[in-house]
Amino acid sequence: MVGITAFGGYIPKRRLVRQAIVDAHVWADPGLARRGRGERAMCNWDEDAVTMAVEAVRSCLNSGGTSPDALYFASTSAPFADRQNAGIVSTALSLPESIASVDLGSSQKAGVSAFIQALGAVQGGLYHQALVVASEKRRVKAGSAGELAYGDGAAALAVGTDGLLAEFVAAQSATVDFVDHFRSATEAYDYTWEERWIRDEGLAKIVPPCINQALAKAGAAAADVDHFIMPSTIGRAVAGIARQVGLRPEAIADNLAGVMGEAGAAHPLVMLLHVLETRAKPGDLLLLAGFGQGCDVVVLRTTEALAQFQSAQGVSDALANRQPEDNYQKFLAFNDLIQLEKGMRAENDDYKTALSVTYRKRDMLLGLVGGRCGQCGALQFPRTEVCVNPQCGAHGAQEPHSFRDEPATVLTWSADYLAYTADPPSHFGMITFKEGGRFMTDFTDVTVGGIEVGMPVRMVFRIKSMDSRRGFVRYFWKATPVDRA
Amino acid sequence: MATGIKDKVAILGMGCSRFGERWESGAEELIVEAFNEAIGDAGVDVSEIDAAWLSTHYEEINVGKGGLPLSIALRLPNIAVTRVENFCASGSEAFRGAVYAVASGACDIALALGVEKLKDTGYGGLPGGLGGTLTPQWSANGSAPGNFAQLASAYRAKHGVERSDLKRAIAHISVKSHANGAKNPKAHLRREITEEDALNAPMIAEPLGLYDCCGVSDGAAAAIVTTPEIAKSLGKERIVSVKALQLSLSNGSESGHNSWDGSYFHTTRIAAKKAYQEAGISKPREQVSLFECHDCFSITEMVTMEDLQLSPEGGAITDVMDGFYDADGQVPCQIDGGLKCFGHPIGASGIRMLYEMYLQLQGRAEERQLPDPSIGMTHNLGGSPMSNVAAVCIIGAHG
Repeated sequence: MVGITAFGGYIPKRRLVRQAIVDAHVWADPGLARRGRGERAMCNWDEDAVTMAVEAVRSCLNSGGTSPDALYFASTSAPFADRQNAGIVSTALSLPESIASVDLGSSQKAGVSAFIQALGAVQGGLYHQALVVASEKRRVKAGSAGELAYGDGAAALAVGTDGLLAEFVAAQSATVDFVDHFRSATEAYDYTWEERWIRDEGLAKIVPPCINQALAKAGAAAADVDHFIMPSTIGRAVAGIARQVGLRPEAIADNLAGVMGEAGAAHPLVMLLHVLETRAKPGDLLLLAGFGQGCDVVVLRTTEALAQFQSAQGVSDALANRQPEDNYQKFLAFNDLIQLEKGMRAENDDYKTALSVTYRKRDMLLGLVGGRCGQCGALQFPRTEVCVNPQCGAHGAQEPHSFRDEPATVLTWSADYLAYTADPPSHFGMITFKEGGRFMTDFTDVTVGGIEVGMPVRMVFRIKSMDSRRGFVRYFWKATPVDRA
Repeated sequence: MATGIKDKVAILGMGCSRFGERWESGAEELIVEAFNEAIGDAGVDVSEIDAAWLSTHYEEINVGKGGLPLSIALRLPNIAVTRVENFCASGSEAFRGAVYAVASGACDIALALGVEKLKDTGYGGLPGGLGGTLTPQWSANGSAPGNFAQLASAYRAKHGVERSDLKRAIAHISVKSHANGAKNPKAHLRREITEEDALNAPMIAEPLGLYDCCGVSDGAAAAIVTTPEIAKSLGKERIVSVKALQLSLSNGSESGHNSWDGSYFHTTRIAAKKAYQEAGISKPREQVSLFECHDCFSITEMVTMEDLQLSPEGGAITDVMDGFYDADGQVPCQIDGGLKCFGHPIGASGIRMLYEMYLQLQGRAEERQLPDPSIGMTHNLGGSPMSNVAAVCIIGAHG
């Protein structure tokens, strides 16, 4: 038997209040006036599909004690078109180099597709255990429907054969070149067709047969389904499908539109996690569907083990860790939707990255791996040839040691208005790790006045800087205040 | 057994350009301006200089690499010229090279000249720069004021100081320096300010406001050194000689090992201790007549007063507010206006500090002249609180 053995989710802390978007655009589109309810999850300037994936997979790994031999990364907003995005995630979390890595994209159903591929590969014995992560930060034009409807987020699942939280029952796919929207390889933004056509000619005709076939394979009736998990930003579309197929209306899962918006290819898995965390009971039948140029459907049944499972960070935990943002201008600035004067200091970010150095130091830069002195035991970052402990100074004695999950506190800090950052002021300072080691770090997800000496912090994987001239993204780790909730 | 530098080398002449936004001048003009004053003061011919040291930091926007810019600007007679760079302590490093050359007996007369042309970047503040291939990939994103502002958070936590008390003390430091600088025709900023000006200035890096930061300017300074015997043979009176020259560099322990609390300069404490020992000073608070410290930011000056053993640990705020370091205080600090008013053309600053000590010891500081100083000290710091180069130099009446 194959199925889900652990999971973890991530939703950016910042939530853009929809009313702020409406207020900015209602002058041009009075129809927006009644669409200001709720909020959408919004990446900080230093987050993208890869950084969110790292956080989701990290939670998944910290929840299940898993040792995966494959990693599937699904997104239509992967930062690199030709560089394995899954490989960045894998290195950031120090997964073994023997791991297989796969990127999937090109369709909004990619998250569910990746899940099906992983289930099949583990079931077939190709991999012992696989990780699936779907992560999405869709680019939208200012004033577009997507700006209001979408939200950023990621979800990760461990697929294995032992200690199942939910068993895989059946899957069914459909491939139909139904172009509800598209984005060619050279374009930044989607081009979207009329919603009514998408609903009536696409969703209503492509999804129901696929669901019926999946249920037939599972030997289950539509009325047996306890949770129907399918996102859509089109009003009543999912309810219509449920009615067509005979699914109970109360089985329709919360699409989280009010609290985060729709996270594209990641959203079916985000919703799945939310159901597993908040609604599903052992023995429940789950129907998961992803739509996009066809359909992917998965049928799952939860196990007794689900009742005892606690994710290190699930979608509902991440949703609870929220910071409302009512300044729409920040959304424009963070997403390059406005040509801002950044000042000459911003030019300094445009130096090319020495890829040979990035590779040589990949465990340090991507994995936050420092050293532990074999002689005196002192932890230190970075790992160096000569021990930093003034009482030791041993040569060549350091073993790799990751600082990712080491508890740390703030020793010094400042909020710097002179240094360029996309989100001024630049909060940075010295942090000290409880078990030893320290370094100067950037703080992220901090509001002015929100940092103080002695405050506990945790490390998060973020964009360090961007080389916009060459299109390269540098990643590193930053400190963020530990959520006190 | 090393005998130290005390009284082995005398300052024969010094020069200092006018500091400021020298839009009309490049590094070459600044070099010549400082040198002409120094060589005139020394009373020797350029052909008598045996070797020279040039200090600059930003070669990218400045004079370029190597010793050639100095050799060519002054048409030096094909002598050895060495360019030195040691962050903001580069000026002290050039002086050290020249002094050691004379002390070793290898040279009779040596020149140290520091210069920096900063105002060709198109914006205020120090230029950001390339930190190599690895550092930019992980180092925290902060400016110089942001780095030094870190001291304030740690100092406050360690000594239980309220933000408002610290702000008032560092404001007093800047008010004092502006009052001094207003009297100096070579200073860049020559306007007095009030405590309210400092407290209400725009925030640069919490808790440092605009007036907690030194200016950014162009400038050059030069020193010509020789042996006390040669100085005497040239008929010099009131000879000023070097009493101590110490340099201490971080080795990464502050930034990488949890033994440092972030509230002081580890290196300055070491350099000061060695310098006092070399100069034979046992009670600096009583024996030092005046000093110039590296007041790149007001908080740096405040912390350094303790690191130089002039104020007791945790006692700098009280001394500052009591006027201990004011022009009429017991140990005047930044009597020329300091980096605060001169600005900080990196390569020149260490020598500019010595220039004021030299003038004061010779009784030539005009409106700023203090009564009968005998020991002048400079503290020149480069880098950041967590990784730096600290230079302490003590000069005084020879003998």
